[in-house]
Amino acid sequence: MTQEFVLETRGLTKEFRGFTAVDDVDLQIQEGQIHALIGPNGAGKTTVFNLLTKFLPPTRGEILYRGKPITGMRANEIARLGLVRSFQISAVFAHMTALENVRVALQRKLGTSFHFWKSEKSLEPLNERALALLEEVDLQDYADVLTVEMPYGRKRALEVATTLALEPTVMLLDEPTQGMGAEDVDRIVALIRRVSAGRTVLMVEHNLSVVSRLCDRITVLARGAVLAEGDYASVSADPRVREAYMGSETTSEEAEA
Amino acid sequence: MMATTQTPSPSMKRRRRARQRRGALYLVLLVVGLAAPFVAYPVFLMKVLCFALFACAFNLLLGYAGLLSFGHAAFLATGGYVTGYLLSSHPALPPEVGILAGTLASLVLGLAFGALAIRRQGIYFAMVTLALAQMMFFFYIQAPFTGGEDGLHGVPRGHLFGLVDLSSNLAMYYFVFAVFVIGFAIIQRTVHSPFGQVLKAIRENEPRAVSLGYNVDAYKLLAFVISAGLAGLAGATKTLVFQLASLTDAHWHMSGEVILMTLLGGVGTLFGPLMGAGLVVSLQTQLAQSPLGNWVSVILGAIFVICVLSFRSGIVGEIDKIVRKNFK
Repeated sequence: MTQEFVLETRGLTKEFRGFTAVDDVDLQIQEGQIHALIGPNGAGKTTVFNLLTKFLPPTRGEILYRGKPITGMRANEIARLGLVRSFQISAVFAHMTALENVRVALQRKLGTSFHFWKSEKSLEPLNERALALLEEVDLQDYADVLTVEMPYGRKRALEVATTLALEPTVMLLDEPTQGMGAEDVDRIVALIRRVSAGRTVLMVEHNLSVVSRLCDRITVLARGAVLAEGDYASVSADPRVREAYMGSETTSEEAEA
Repeated sequence: MMATTQTPSPSMKRRRRARQRRGALYLVLLVVGLAAPFVAYPVFLMKVLCFALFACAFNLLLGYAGLLSFGHAAFLATGGYVTGYLLSSHPALPPEVGILAGTLASLVLGLAFGALAIRRQGIYFAMVTLALAQMMFFFYIQAPFTGGEDGLHGVPRGHLFGLVDLSSNLAMYYFVFAVFVIGFAIIQRTVHSPFGQVLKAIRENEPRAVSLGYNVDAYKLLAFVISAGLAGLAGATKTLVFQLASLTDAHWHMSGEVILMTLLGGVGTLFGPLMGAGLVVSLQTQLAQSPLGNWVSVILGAIFVICVLSFRSGIVGEIDKIVRKNFK
């Protein structure tokens, strides 16, 4: 039964000193889908993300990966399983080049990451793969540029490339288009669609036009609990969602436009 | 492999040039180091080199792992006391064995301190290391083998490898110089290694490094242990130079001084700590002999404040910026 879900939570709850940020959430993410987590500010979306990737320990509840419990694992072990997350604020290594950013993700598999006596040159065989990944997100021209000098939208693309380097089975993207201009948004949407082939994507997203264009399934959170779930059409037609999330008719029409 | 056959990009060329420049600089410094004892007083130079190694070890942690330890005196002192005690109580022991034992003791202590402190971040990490180092200070006051307030005097320098008589200051200098070069080379390699890359990534963005699957605590711990071991090596060598191991090395002042040296010279630069140590030790020596002798701490404090306020990347850091701006 549970095998068809790549990621599942049962009764996931997080309390901060009496405040329940995430309340008894049952999520079921199907393999190969792009699944969005939406909801108004403070709905607990990012907290769910942090719980799934073990950046926060849950107060109660269970997390299952392909039917196996992973609730007790540590953040870095979750990443090794193939559940790789991105962050709300672009998470790059600012004083490293784009190539080095991706290479750091690749180098763990070499098994030499503790070798402080080896030369950096021993990492050069990875350059080819790193460049290919940069090409995949259209960043080949930035390979030798220090990340701190790259435009914001490009940093987010670099983040995707770094995430792809781990060959994740599930990509968890925390507001991938936040703070972007329209042009960059289009580029990231195309990028996510392209890299989602053969993978599962779970994303937190505010921009509803992005959600409507990309996502197969949507879960709406409000006050830490699941309010509705379904495809975009059914969710956006749900009056409870309109009331809690979209607030008024106008904003929902704007979002659909 | 095949990847290296691609045509070199401008930035690769720039990096290659930078590497060549660095190589030339190393060569010049090596020559200077070899010729120095004929120009300056060898004991002074040895003091500079010992503190420079200490500061370089500290910088590996602060500059490349982003960890501010406020307890590095403990490692300097442990290296010194263990070496001093062993060589004093077993005069037949060759000095290199004594130094290795001192270094090893600091490594082990570093492993213990690191395991306790590494989970804490920022100021809490600094406080834990300070507390542990203070514990070691009180231990060394009480422990019977350290000579308490008096310290260990007259540690024999002995014969290196049973051959070279180290009682000659010139021979001792070259030994200390060799130790420094080895220590510096270890740091330089560590920084430019696969491990160094991960360390850099952790310093730049720790949560991201975790999300890439790295167990960041283990990497920080290894950096801490390497740093502690090299600080111990510096302390052990210093004990041999001055034939003395004393509480001064264990005092928290020493932990502060090494921070001063590193920041003054330039944190996160390879040569900064060397420059900082040279400057601080020279100032201390010069001022101690001048009428301003009592004002050493005040003057150093003032320099520190000026440095932090006006050129934060330190002397070498600022020079680095100028070079990068003008000689691309």
